[in-house]
Amino acid sequence: MHHHDDDGHHHDHHHHDNHLGEMAARVRALETILTEKGLIDPAAVDTIIETYESRVGPRNGAAVVAKAWSDPEFRAWLARDATAAIASLGYAGRQGEHMQAVFNTPGVHNMVVCTLCSCYPWPVLGLPPVWYKSPPYRSRAVSDPRGVLAEFGVTLPEDTAIRVWDSTAEMRYLVVPMRPEGTDGMSGEQLADLVTRNSMIGTGLALAPEQPR
Amino acid sequence: MNGPQDLGGRMGFGAITPETDEPVFHAEWEKRALGVTLACGALGHWTLDESRHARESLHPADYYGSSYYEIWIKALEALLERHGELNAEELDAGQALQPGLMTDRRLSASNAAAALAKGGPVDRAETKPARFEPGDRIRTINAHPRGHTRLPTYAVDKPGTVEAVRGVHVFPDANAHGQGEQPQWLYTVRFAGLDLWGPDADPKLSVSIDAWEPYLEPA
Repeated sequence: MHHHDDDGHHHDHHHHDNHLGEMAARVRALETILTEKGLIDPAAVDTIIETYESRVGPRNGAAVVAKAWSDPEFRAWLARDATAAIASLGYAGRQGEHMQAVFNTPGVHNMVVCTLCSCYPWPVLGLPPVWYKSPPYRSRAVSDPRGVLAEFGVTLPEDTAIRVWDSTAEMRYLVVPMRPEGTDGMSGEQLADLVTRNSMIGTGLALAPEQPR
Repeated sequence: MNGPQDLGGRMGFGAITPETDEPVFHAEWEKRALGVTLACGALGHWTLDESRHARESLHPADYYGSSYYEIWIKALEALLERHGELNAEELDAGQALQPGLMTDRRLSASNAAAALAKGGPVDRAETKPARFEPGDRIRTINAHPRGHTRLPTYAVDKPGTVEAVRGVHVFPDANAHGQGEQPQWLYTVRFAGLDLWGPDADPKLSVSIDAWEPYLEPA
């Protein structure tokens, strides 16, 4: 978080480490107490961690988008009933119970935020990145989305409308970015490689075929 | 409550700092914080709405000075204390001093994956017709409740248009406070950026929220 460029920053850095050390101790103590009380099973905690560390992540959403790009019937289903269409690919569950897909077009760019907490479509994107949960994004996504996009290196044409979806209820939104040019004939797997997490939040665009991630 | 969580449109928080190749977790304790929080939620003492309210009830200085997993842990301790599963003496001692209450609801490793895959839908049966339909012009109510609400301050007392009817969903304003689910019709309501932020707003901006029927009046 802080740089080691002078004494003052060294001090901050140590302070930061101590603070996180405190959190590690605090969480460890809490888990110990709750385990002793018979309220939690550390093996269940392991399973939860493993689920979101290795199994559920933005590759799921990328597969949904890639299929929507190449299969018009699936795209129509995704537009009509995203929860069912996404579940048909095996992605469902906590924080994805009520899904809505929103489709970018040449005239409209969609962007998703949760100004009130950190609501995010876990089954398709996994756990949210830190910036998504932090005040700078949550405060400005609804009032200055073009400024926000600039900080992600995205500049849209001035006449592109921006539609921001604030996830204030249990509806969870997945942005379907526009399919990049020059991708005719690519396989589902190749297409999914172009679908970044940010493009499915709306703070990025899908990659061009030769563009580095 | 328009507490520290009510961030839409606030200024002064600075630039967004996306991290390249961000890891899912930044420390081992964050992993445990996630897992312990979800495992405790499965005990059934509180709803997701009550846990959100516990987080936003942190003092603003504490909320803004904490990372998201810190907020979760601080709120989790408060929830466990409120529901009689933890006390200050135990936290001081670092060990259990009395048995747990809801031990029969403990999430097992074999049930954990299934519980996550199942989730917890919040749509409920319709008991009366929806008051609004897509295209209706509405105005959000002018309300500043002390308790939990999901009507953000920036969207209070604003004109908008109903865009979608989402069904009948659990009402957080009641459910967060142990008053039952009191399900209400839920709508996606769209506002022009100019109506939210005034004449300096981006004329090409629109913002939607998901709003329960009690948040809305016909315009």
